Amino acid sequence: MVKHGVERPDPDKLLRQVLAEERYQARGRLKVFLGYAGGVGKSFRMLDEGRRRKQRGEDVVVGAIQPTVSAEVAALLQKMEVIPPLTVDSVPVMNVEAILSRYPQVCLVDGLAYDNPPGSRHRKRWEDVEELLSAGISVVATVNLQYIDEQRERVEEITGKHVEHTVPQTFLSNADEIEVVDAPPEMCRQRSADAPLQHGAAAEDVVGGQEQKLSALREIALLLAADVVDQQLEAYLERQGIEQLWGTQERILVFVTPEVDARAMIASGRRNADRFHGELLVAYLAEPDLTADEKAALEISLTEARAAHAHIEALDGEDEVDTVLQFARSRGITQIFVANRRRDDWRERIFGGLLERLILTAENMDVRVFPQ
Amino acid sequence: MTEFAEPHRRGRLKIFLGYAAGVGKTYQMLDEAQKLKHQGIDVVVGYFEPHGRQDTIAKAEGLEFVPRRTITYRASTFEETDVEAILQRRPQVCAIDEFAHTNVPGSERAKRWEDVQVLLDAGIDVLTTMNVQHLESLNDQVWQFTGIRVRETIPDWVVKQADEVVMVDLPPQALLNRLKRGAIYSRDKARLAAEKFFQESNLVALRELAMRQTAHEVEVRLGAPDETDRPAEDADDRPSPAIAPASDRILIFITDDPSTAALIRRGRRVADYLKADCFAVFIHPQIDLQGLPRAQREAIERHLNFARNLHVETRVLQGENVAQALVNFARLHRITQIYLARPRQSSWPRLLGRNLLGQVVRLARDMQVTIVADRRRGQPPQG
Repeated sequence: MVKHGVERPDPDKLLRQVLAEERYQARGRLKVFLGYAGGVGKSFRMLDEGRRRKQRGEDVVVGAIQPTVSAEVAALLQKMEVIPPLTVDSVPVMNVEAILSRYPQVCLVDGLAYDNPPGSRHRKRWEDVEELLSAGISVVATVNLQYIDEQRERVEEITGKHVEHTVPQTFLSNADEIEVVDAPPEMCRQRSADAPLQHGAAAEDVVGGQEQKLSALREIALLLAADVVDQQLEAYLERQGIEQLWGTQERILVFVTPEVDARAMIASGRRNADRFHGELLVAYLAEPDLTADEKAALEISLTEARAAHAHIEALDGEDEVDTVLQFARSRGITQIFVANRRRDDWRERIFGGLLERLILTAENMDVRVFPQ
Repeated sequence: MTEFAEPHRRGRLKIFLGYAAGVGKTYQMLDEAQKLKHQGIDVVVGYFEPHGRQDTIAKAEGLEFVPRRTITYRASTFEETDVEAILQRRPQVCAIDEFAHTNVPGSERAKRWEDVQVLLDAGIDVLTTMNVQHLESLNDQVWQFTGIRVRETIPDWVVKQADEVVMVDLPPQALLNRLKRGAIYSRDKARLAAEKFFQESNLVALRELAMRQTAHEVEVRLGAPDETDRPAEDADDRPSPAIAPASDRILIFITDDPSTAALIRRGRRVADYLKADCFAVFIHPQIDLQGLPRAQREAIERHLNFARNLHVETRVLQGENVAQALVNFARLHRITQIYLARPRQSSWPRLLGRNLLGQVVRLARDMQVTIVADRRRGQPPQG
């Protein structure tokens, strides 16, 4: 449903929008190349983009490069203007001041996850980048999945390697553009075999040869990018006043009621959501006049839902079916799980009651009926 | 006798997956071909559609092309991949653009992906390109959010067979900029700019779909541990939930209703994600279909065929009581989920459908019943 612009615009809100728009226009744009491991070709893709932008007449400099680069990357660097790094405690640090005074349109930053030595302008390189963006310089940067703070734990489980320096995931999701650098694992192995030996604590670590590990990382990187894109899509739809009705991601809603043993439904919902890398929601009607037994039964389901890391929602509404479906539509649900209740009430026992109405009115979503 | 008999090796298939024209799939495919050639591997290009793009044309330079075959159809000539010529040339690797392409009538095979099967069977490795919206099981979803019914589709199992699926990514804004600069489709860019696929919201949604699909393809090849519906790990002593099957088994109920195609796609897709076995049945009071009105019989046959093309095992059963026969069959085959289409609103078969649905839900006390919605068009994006 399109929200109609019939209500009067709020002048304060308009002003805030204008200011936000001005701030946005004054800021540089951030583009991030996300790779799942060293050697997928992030640096090359970033520099290649820099080269193309330069050809199109943009003023591009290189603000930071990796300590070691492949021959391919070195050849590209030849064609670019590089702002030499500062050396602090024999560690190369991006020279923010020099970049600011040079004031290019675009600055390339290879590797976001570096901690600057004490006494530097900022503690972290991504904070340096933040300053460039605020000053109106656009940045094209690369980052490797394993340095995303929120992903670190999962990645470490796979690689067995601990990384110190990280970038917060919000930095990535707030980027104007994110681009996945995808390549099959064998390519990484080849490239890293070609590349000179890696050294330095912060040097992009080439993950060991096992294809399995690399594939696992690759999957995480793709799903992370998909989530970032999904947020962008939601923001876009919101700006355009379009209600979400898309099916880009599976969203499963388990509807629980006091008289239902929902554990099988929730377990199955979790597994289905995992398989689709989708979301799991559990909803129930907030009814004030439940008996103690009913409350206890409902609580068993909700405990299960919390254990399954579901988003739990208490719904308010007169009509059960309408309330659930309205909620489902507002959340872009693709599958509803419900129990086939067998109350001793004759109307409920016969198909034709609430369940039938739910099935017949649930548009654009599948209804999965669980036996009890 | 065994002197020359090499162990037969099927060719390897690698797919460059994108989400729209212009993201750079062909470029990356050719880049890979160049790299392989550089490594001394015998590579040819079997089909390549430059669309007048300079970068792509430059990337093809120095590669060997197998000339296309000319086919005359209704007084026009068309060029298609010359499979015979490629087989005779016998390269190690062949690059063939646009995997989802439909060959002109009169070609030996209807689809390019079928041409590719022939090359793979002959032991030739193939590099190819496709967009995510060409995947059969996504057809309804793509239509739902773009309003475009993609006609050239590839069955999911064909993609699943690929040894490698690589995502070719480009942010939608960059793609739209390319379009404006005329780097894509210089000739008819005005027409394309107006095309629905190139609306930003559609591009963002398709891109997300491509990322999720590639992640899924990676996971399938990774051989993720096979979990199944398990009872919750829970210390309290209520009886275990009723469902704890060894693995999921999905049964699709086929009718002559047009919604059956979407039902089959959906069932197939869920089965793929759950790593479930997938079956489809049509149930009829008589032994054979001949007693049915012609239109109905043809629709049933079309649906059964469609299911088979998606590698769904199909059966035609005889049974007076359709619901009972369906549930009995399901029980016999240890089905965990029955898939049915939602009865359509305001038509007389709806009553019939409701009755059937009600009976199935009532009878299927030991399995789940999934009622698949008719995916309808969402609110079209503005502008």
